[in-house]
Amino acid sequence: MLDAVVIGAGVVGGLVARKLCEYGLSVAILEKEADVAMGATRANSAIVHAGYDAKEGTLKAKLNVRGSEMMEGVARELGVKYKRNGSIVVGFNDEDRKTLEGLLERGTKNGVNGLRILSRLELLMLEPNIGEGVTCALYAPTGAIVCPYELCMAAIGNAMDNGALLYLEYCVEKITESDGVYTVSSSDGRSISARYVINCAGVYSDEVASMVGDNSFSVKTRRGEYMLLDRECGSHVSATVFRCPSKMGKGVLVTPTVDGNLLIGPTAEDISDKEDTSTTAEGLARVRALASEQVSGIAFNKVITSFTGLRATGSTGDFIINSPKRGFINCAGIESPGLSASPAIAEYVLSLIEADGEKLTRREDFVPTRKPMHFFSELDTEGKNEVIREHPEYAHIICRCEGVSEGEILHAIRTNPKPTTLDGVKRRTRATMGRCQGGFCTPYIIDLLAAEMGVDYTEVTKSGGDSRINLGKTKG
Amino acid sequence: MERQLTCIVCPRGCSLRVTLDADGKPAKIEGNACPRGETYAIAECTAPMRTVTSTVKCEDGTVIPVKTDRAIPKGLVFEAMKIINATVAPSGAKVGDVLVREILGTEASIVVTGKKP
Amino acid sequence: MKYTLKENGYVDLVIVGGGPAGMSAAVAAYDAGLRDILILERDNSLGGILRQCIHNGFGLHRFGEELTGPEYAYRYEKMVREREIPFMCDTMVMGIDKDRNLTAQNSEYGIFTLKCGAIILAMGCRERPRGALNIAGHRPAGIFTAGTAQKFVNMKGYMPGSEVVILGSGDIGLIMARRMTLEGAKVKAVCELMPYSGGLARNIEQCLNDFDIPLYLSTTVVEIHGKERVTGVTVAEVDENRRPKPETKRYIPCDTLLLSCGLIPENELSVGAGISLDRVTNGAVVDGDRETSIPGVFACGNVLHVHDLVDYVSEESVIAGRAAVRFIRGERGEEISLTLKTDGKIRYTVPQRITRVEDTTVYFRVADVYRDKAIVVRAGGAVLIKKKKQKLAPGEMETVKLTAKMLGEVKGSEIMLSLEDA
Repeated sequence: MLDAVVIGAGVVGGLVARKLCEYGLSVAILEKEADVAMGATRANSAIVHAGYDAKEGTLKAKLNVRGSEMMEGVARELGVKYKRNGSIVVGFNDEDRKTLEGLLERGTKNGVNGLRILSRLELLMLEPNIGEGVTCALYAPTGAIVCPYELCMAAIGNAMDNGALLYLEYCVEKITESDGVYTVSSSDGRSISARYVINCAGVYSDEVASMVGDNSFSVKTRRGEYMLLDRECGSHVSATVFRCPSKMGKGVLVTPTVDGNLLIGPTAEDISDKEDTSTTAEGLARVRALASEQVSGIAFNKVITSFTGLRATGSTGDFIINSPKRGFINCAGIESPGLSASPAIAEYVLSLIEADGEKLTRREDFVPTRKPMHFFSELDTEGKNEVIREHPEYAHIICRCEGVSEGEILHAIRTNPKPTTLDGVKRRTRATMGRCQGGFCTPYIIDLLAAEMGVDYTEVTKSGGDSRINLGKTKG
Repeated sequence: MERQLTCIVCPRGCSLRVTLDADGKPAKIEGNACPRGETYAIAECTAPMRTVTSTVKCEDGTVIPVKTDRAIPKGLVFEAMKIINATVAPSGAKVGDVLVREILGTEASIVVTGKKP
Repeated sequence: MKYTLKENGYVDLVIVGGGPAGMSAAVAAYDAGLRDILILERDNSLGGILRQCIHNGFGLHRFGEELTGPEYAYRYEKMVREREIPFMCDTMVMGIDKDRNLTAQNSEYGIFTLKCGAIILAMGCRERPRGALNIAGHRPAGIFTAGTAQKFVNMKGYMPGSEVVILGSGDIGLIMARRMTLEGAKVKAVCELMPYSGGLARNIEQCLNDFDIPLYLSTTVVEIHGKERVTGVTVAEVDENRRPKPETKRYIPCDTLLLSCGLIPENELSVGAGISLDRVTNGAVVDGDRETSIPGVFACGNVLHVHDLVDYVSEESVIAGRAAVRFIRGERGEEISLTLKTDGKIRYTVPQRITRVEDTTVYFRVADVYRDKAIVVRAGGAVLIKKKKQKLAPGEMETVKLTAKMLGEVKGSEIMLSLEDA
């Protein structure tokens, strides 16, 4: 029997598992997909919000500000790219200016430092490409960017390195409780028992809660479409540019990513299918139109991919982090600013367990650090050559567009949480993520995956399940 | 009767207009920029021919590119593929090696066209 | 031949890319008397993309016979080997600067820098990926560029699909329609956004018509279905502004979508070096010698502009190879400075500038399908050339030849190419 089971290997589940591990609990993470970070974590705005947005007094506000403070340190420990690039909320008229002043006041109450209102002229000094109609802005210097799935993978990998277990393609179907022990069963007949269950199941967290009789909330799936532009566009803006919320809606954001691309989106549409990650022509056209008002001169001919993220919107309007039943803890409705808050959510869950009477002390042998997945690309030439002398495969470039070597791909395939799919390799190494989108390197990456996993070439999938890349051999 | 053809002899892809006589034989050919177009048009209207390119399996499980070293009757293309699919090249096969001679009663042989990947 | 790095890292001529352009340039430079040449190739063998183009149709101009891609590449590889021109495979060039210092890496030498007397860029091109097309729907497995599918089928021996729809009628897409059919797949349709095909007429004939594969013009894929693997696509006809007409939407079940929607010269190294690019070709702006805006850096083949025939790639690369030798010997100087301009109907020319008085072939493409037009070349008010054409199409590269005599007599600094009623 384990101390705790975490359902859902997203960024919240990952950081919660790592925190419990750090405090001496034995932990298993259960994930229904073939890889970690496949839900809301896979595709979102990748923003660490400063914390002026959430209403004062809410969990969202409290955990956002705390999480934003913690993020830089967590990212450093886990070797995850993080950049404090600041954020800007742009307004187009006097009414917007009033709204911005309201946000400034709210942010100050929430404890956000450095907020100030900028005139158009001041704004142009910071962001020369700002939209023509923009008249004013709220500037938040503590806004930052981070890669959500990298953070999630690093947190889970680090938890695994410290003893946590990860079960993939484990779709939780039933949870029973007897004498304070929960048994969590999967649809394929596996079961795991633990004293604590942490429900981090994203858009499915209401269904998981109802398995223990908690029907106090529901979760809606909200779809958001994004466009990602080539790295040559990554410096078109330096800060994250939001639009002032108004009766015209919330607008989209235009932001650089930690990897140097330009990200634009999302739309917001409530849907009933919890897995509908399709993009639509209308949605992408809307993203384009809105973004063009906020920022001028975006090179839409440099779009390298578009995608859809799914957010779990809780019925209470706030994060739902509570213990409806002894030993069972919900982390539900974790929509924006969920990524920003995630380190603080982990801390908060730990405090709930402690409040339950559990004696918790930090493990002395806990290793909080992890070798960055991108360690090689960050070395100088001399450092790289040192690695290459020992491991010549680091000089053999597989992905030309992103400059990813065979050595880096093999390192990713051999590092917790180990990828088993093409998309898994992509998210860990950026291979296939560049301007050719895997046109040249996909056949080679399949070679490496098949060899490392000891499977046939045709068995390698894009993202698990029935997503096989090749269907057979030409010559029988 | 008339037939419109696109010449496939070279990348220029001339549009050919072929006038057929009462027996269906080409009587007049227009639109060709060179004499090869005429030869092509006559063949295309009487006995169309195609070169087949594909790969064959090697003993070590890899594949190696091959072609028919001359065009074969168009109607035999899929029959030729059956032979190609059943052929196994020795691991040391080199460019120009003949793998199967004179297939399907034609003068065309299956030859290796490239190195192993 | 194997190359051993010199202590000072100096090489007279470094050629980036060992495909048809790079090999042809190397052979031309060698035959012009240069010996200190090094070809850097990122793949594990010389030959470039021709290695996977196993169909025939290459070499009619260059060798006077019809060859397959690997055979064409093999002929050039033999020429390189006979001359003992050194090359390094599995070697990736990571950067070039304006002083012709080049950084590359491979497993043998790690990351190393070469000081180059001259550089020829011959990196080829890549395919336009799906993202650039912004097709709505899911991102399941089963969507490939035609070239990736070609690699799987022809080099790896795997079938990426069994029921196939192809978007785009570029030559690779047409060729793959035939290849997939011969290997047992069912190709259900080729859809082309434009009202004309992007590929050669002969490929429509022998790759589609031979196998009764329908080509739908002014038609595009508006949605991709399937969450894990492709289960189908929705296609629709488009209006004259290329916007889909909703009433024409129809569903085609398939497990594979191949994209053949254009090729883009791979100019990341050129951009990094600060070379001026032509916005239309996406390749460098060059003069008649294929010299870029950085002295001593030349470009040829598909990295310069996308060709439809490898024979023309070889031809162009000879020019670059010989010019690089003259540069190294200090024999290059500008004799004249002429800029080539085009009307809208002619989209671009290569070269864009002419600096020497010698016979110069100008390559260009037109913007649309035109019938019964004349290609007219003017300079300083005089008509230099008037050449009638029955049919011109964007998919087929055209040429005009400017003689040394014409160039010597040009008044002014511009040569204008236009398409006029015949």
